[in-house]
Parts: sequence; structure tokens; C-alpha cells
Amino acid sequence: MTFINYASREINCKIVYYGPGLCGKTTNLQWIYDKTNPGAKGKLISLATETDRTLFFDFLPLELGTVRGFKTRFHLYTVPGQVFYDASRKLILKGVDGVIFVADSQVERMDANVEAIDNLVINLKTQGYDLMTIPYVLQINKRDLPNVTPVDEVVRLLRKKDEPVIEAVAMKGTGVFETLKAVAKLVLSELTKAG
Amino acid sequence: MAAPDIVMYEEEFNQIKQIISKLRVDANAKVVFLVDKNGQQIAAHGEIENLDTTSLASLTAGNVAATDGLARLIGEKEFSILFHEGERDNIHISIVAQRVILVVIFDERSSLGLVRLRVKKASQELNDVFARIMAKVEKEKQAAGTAFESPFAEITDEDIDSLFSE
Repeated sequence: MTFINYASREINCKIVYYGPGLCGKTTNLQWIYDKTNPGAKGKLISLATETDRTLFFDFLPLELGTVRGFKTRFHLYTVPGQVFYDASRKLILKGVDGVIFVADSQVERMDANVEAIDNLVINLKTQGYDLMTIPYVLQINKRDLPNVTPVDEVVRLLRKKDEPVIEAVAMKGTGVFETLKAVAKLVLSELTKAG
Repeated sequence: MAAPDIVMYEEEFNQIKQIISKLRVDANAKVVFLVDKNGQQIAAHGEIENLDTTSLASLTAGNVAATDGLARLIGEKEFSILFHEGERDNIHISIVAQRVILVVIFDERSSLGLVRLRVKKASQELNDVFARIMAKVEKEKQAAGTAFESPFAEITDEDIDSLFSE
């Protein structure tokens, strides 16, 4: 649910990073936070456990600049990836404009990826969205690890439609901004259609 | 789409600002702000210079969403009022028009009773304003057929690329 404020000429979009536990959602946000100039970002809020596992969500507001005279703000959220936090994940998807699925490339995490994507489809549905129509990007993360599944295979298993697929190493920043840009593009072009 | 988009127009925005600034004075509060349920700040008034209102908005929405979840688990529709008491400052959170969150931050210069009383009155006024906004959005949508006119209709790839030029 994009929020357009004609009075203050602002447009706010909500992007959610989804994916199995430890796939690198928070790492994506951390990289964006570290590499964005201070004027364009707000505080990075992490509601995490003592062992730095996301408990509820991470939140990073970004101000990207103006489009057609409107200030564009992106609110980036991550969900907690661990299976038993499902109730929290549902809540965070409320009012989402675009979703990034962060897949963990390691061979042993493929089942977890598949399960998380199925869970995304279900949870989107409970909020009234359809994965097939919502702006959506697939990020294939951790490409630098030794035991990774080939990209073709990941795509075959996880790609749901014609969504952009981006290879990434979020720890080193590879593909992080490309992913964000891809989803931003989809969200903003969605506005050209509907409004 | 799950819910219609919120579109804020100048006229209603000014009415909202008036209502919350009046509420701040009437309730003797430090800060009054309005957030939509997704965590987007709609308006804020009061001592907000040293306040991270964006984070406040997001956490408030998270808080309300979690509390809503709790409510449903025990068979309630919602908890319409949340109150957090601190050593100096307190936060009073209430839901307006089913979709926006009204937050009042106050200290010992006010009291929970006063805040609740004033919030109740302001809520009714805000309800009316949001009803008007929704009616307006609906009307514009119909007037323009399904293609409600968007200011972004002519957005180009270059526009988007330029956002990421750094």
C-alpha cells in the first residue's frame, strides 16, 4: 500500500526482505545502511535476540531523492527467518509494496528456501496479495561459499515467475544495491499503472 | 490489493494537522502524531526536534500489529488503546478509523485521564476526515474509470536510475 502525500509531495513505499533463517536479510540491510550517506538514511532498527537473530523485524528508512517532484522514501523491513516466528512474519507483510526473497545458495539450505517461498506465498495471500502480481525480486545470496548449488538449479527450484534474479554476496555488498534497485523499479513502475 | 491506497490531499492534510495540534494543546501533551498501520508517518506535532519520528512510526505500527495479533489469539477483535508508562514520559496509542494510529506522548504536566478524554474527541474528528478522504479517493477512481490518475504515469527508467546514481 503505497502512501502518497500530495500535500507534502512525498511517496512512501514498503519493501520487505523475506527468506529462510540466516540467509542474509539483515546483512543486506546492514550493507545498505553502511554505504548510504547519512543524509539519506534514518536509523537502522533491529529488534533482535541477544544472539543477533531477528526477533521481530529490522527497519531502515531510506530517502532516495525525487521523482517527478515527489520525495521518494523507501522503508526497508526484514522478517525473522526462523520457522516458528510465522505470526510475526505475517504482520510485517501488511501493506507491503515490494518483496525481495533472499535465497541461501548452500546445498543444504535448498529445502529451507523452498519452504520459505511457500510460506511467503501463503502469508502474502492472508494479507490479500498474490506473489504472481506483486513487485518481486529473487536474490541468490552467498555465492562466494564453496558448497553452493549452481545458479541454474536455484532458479529452477525457486523462480516463481519472470522476476529479476540477482546473484549476491551480501557480506561483501555484491548485488545488494542491484537487488534494491530492481525492486524499486518494479514498485515505482507499478505506480504508473494504477495509482 | 488488500486495502485501497491512502492518498492525502492538501485540504484534508491541513485539517488533520489542525486536529492534532489542537489535541496537543488540549491534552497538555509533548507530542502528538499520526501513523498509518503500515508504519508510515502521516503527521506530527509538538516537541519533535530531537525525536526520531520515522523510527517511532515504524515501531508504533509494529507494536500495534503485534498487539492486534495477541488480541485475535485470545478472541478479541483488537485492543483499541495501548498505554506505556515510563519514569518521565508516557505513550498513549489508539486506533482511529480502523486504519490509522494516533500517538500521544505526555509527561507529568498531563494525566492519563485527560489524554484519554481529549483523544476520544479528536478521534471522532479524525474519523470524519478519513471518511472524507476515502470517499474522495473512491470518487476520483470512478471519475477516471479504473485508471485513477497517478502523478507517476510518465515515470521513466531514467527517473529511477537517477535515484540510484550515487
